[in-house]
Amino acid sequence: MNGNIYQPVEMRIERAKDEAPEVRTLRLAFAHAPDREAFFRRYRVGMFGLYGVPGEGESTFCVASPPGRDYIECTFRRAGRVTAALLDREVGHPVTFRGPYGNHFPIESWRGKDLLFVAGGIGLPPLRSVIWNILDRRAEFGRVAVVYGARTVADLVYKDELAGWAGRSDVELVTTVDPGGETPDWKGRVGFVPTVLKEMPAAAPGAAALVCGPPIMIRLSLPVLSGLGFRPTAIYSTLENRMKCGVGKCGRCNVGGVYVCKDGPVFTLEEIQRLPQADL
Amino acid sequence: MKSLSADRLQDLAAALSAAGYRVVAPVEADGVVRFAPWSPGAAIRTDAVPVNSLKDVFFPPSEAIGRWRRSGDGFDAIETRPEAPKTAALAARPCDVAALAMLDAVFNWDFRDSFYDARRAATVVAALACSEADEECFCTSVGGRPDAAPGADALLRPADGGRTLIVEPLTDQGRDLAAAASGVLQDGAAAPDAPPEVRRRFDIGRVGAWLAGNFDSPLWKELSLPCLGCAACAYACPACHCFDIQDESGPNGVVRLRNWDACGLGLFTLHASGHNPRPDQASRWRQRVMHKLAYAPERFKVAACTGCGRCGRVCPRGMSLADTAERIAAAAAPAAGPAAGVPA
Ligand code: FES
Repeated sequence: MNGNIYQPVEMRIERAKDEAPEVRTLRLAFAHAPDREAFFRRYRVGMFGLYGVPGEGESTFCVASPPGRDYIECTFRRAGRVTAALLDREVGHPVTFRGPYGNHFPIESWRGKDLLFVAGGIGLPPLRSVIWNILDRRAEFGRVAVVYGARTVADLVYKDELAGWAGRSDVELVTTVDPGGETPDWKGRVGFVPTVLKEMPAAAPGAAALVCGPPIMIRLSLPVLSGLGFRPTAIYSTLENRMKCGVGKCGRCNVGGVYVCKDGPVFTLEEIQRLPQADL
Repeated sequence: MKSLSADRLQDLAAALSAAGYRVVAPVEADGVVRFAPWSPGAAIRTDAVPVNSLKDVFFPPSEAIGRWRRSGDGFDAIETRPEAPKTAALAARPCDVAALAMLDAVFNWDFRDSFYDARRAATVVAALACSEADEECFCTSVGGRPDAAPGADALLRPADGGRTLIVEPLTDQGRDLAAAASGVLQDGAAAPDAPPEVRRRFDIGRVGAWLAGNFDSPLWKELSLPCLGCAACAYACPACHCFDIQDESGPNGVVRLRNWDACGLGLFTLHASGHNPRPDQASRWRQRVMHKLAYAPERFKVAACTGCGRCGRVCPRGMSLADTAERIAAAAAPAAGPAAGVPA
């Protein structure tokens, strides 16, 4: 273990897809096969990586694609210098990647169980890897329901995939936009995610709920989920603390006794409730 | 018993230098005693605690962790290795040596930091037992001692009223160092000096108990009021290890640097969205204290404070970790009567 843990590997942009205003998905192929093999040996859904452009820096996002592909995908919104640089890169250009880092969703423990995904806006990418991982192994899991909302129709990400899921009989998909965010031909629901969530069936024994999205959406969805019978140990989310190193050294992601980059980013609601709330 | 005359530390440094060691030691430049590379002729000062700590030897303020050359739309990575010459760190204080336990832990849990580790492996640490403790010193409150450095490779122990330094090798590396310096060491008995009394004291158990249940206490605001958020305390601290990563670009290439950072600085946790989970100095000072005295002991089984007192010596507003700990200890036990020197 004498390697430089801060040395990223080289990736090549294979595809770039604009999802929503200032939101893009990059499909990245590993420039070198051993890097790809090393990545997929360790990768489990929920883990994150640092995507970078030398000279601009690195930025942390989840890996939005599941295992079993020969590429990885990330979806991000323009927020600062690094994301702007990543948006400037074109298909065929190289970027850098470090990872996978962090813990993962305990999907093996969900075999045979029902799963409810609740996402808002740009909160779908961290759950998309899980959803595809489950769909790839569909027979091993129980019911799969997805409640996904955004401010406006334009802000919904992965529109093609949503259409695909809507057409599947083994996925229950509810899409919604905030009041006023609909277009004349919008066929989904109009209403906030927590409101729409109330209509979902009660949790079956062992069911898990995964929630990602804006803090206000999460906050208002939690009581609804507990009303549906999900206990704090059965509700999962990801923390989005600021990170620099990703490997438990730089101290930036520390909150309470936890290093989000090592102990997270995936936590149960029960674990999140034990952290000092003011520091989140 | 091997020893040397206390005024021959420079000769020891010269012997080690001749034996191929780069020597770092408390040397004076421009009226300031700093832990810095020793060069022939420079006096080694054992009468002052250096303003910087031993940490700098292993974890410098700024260092390259990546390099790239531009090529068309892309860039070629240039392998970046740590600079880790064979080094002897002379006359480091026991509190600085104690902080290596924290640094070793954080740079090696799970992922191993090759930059830190390379210098750690290449460096032999010869500690100097203290002859004096000033009003900022509080090592004995956080598990340390002024006259022992269990993490060092060798200990220089003052003897004969400060005229002699007994050389006590503690590891193989320390024995190698003593062997390399054998020309300046003498045999014969010397009477070790009594360790100084460290007068500043607080009950760390009481502080820990208070920290466990008082995250939302209004005392944090009061404790942090003088804080300017300058981070001088973090940079002087032997156990603080937070860093930032920044890229610097030139026309031909890029260097990625890791630079010291500090949880007391306002930008530390600022998100690109504008949200800052620690928006004020009270929450930042709380994080600093909690990390040192609650989170690090919980996670790494070692406090990230060794009582060196540098924070108190460098703070432009007179704050210090000891002062905070004393006030917390007092708040933890209001019924026990006022502790010495603690304002009610
Ligand atoms: S991101 Fe550096 S410690 Fe977690």
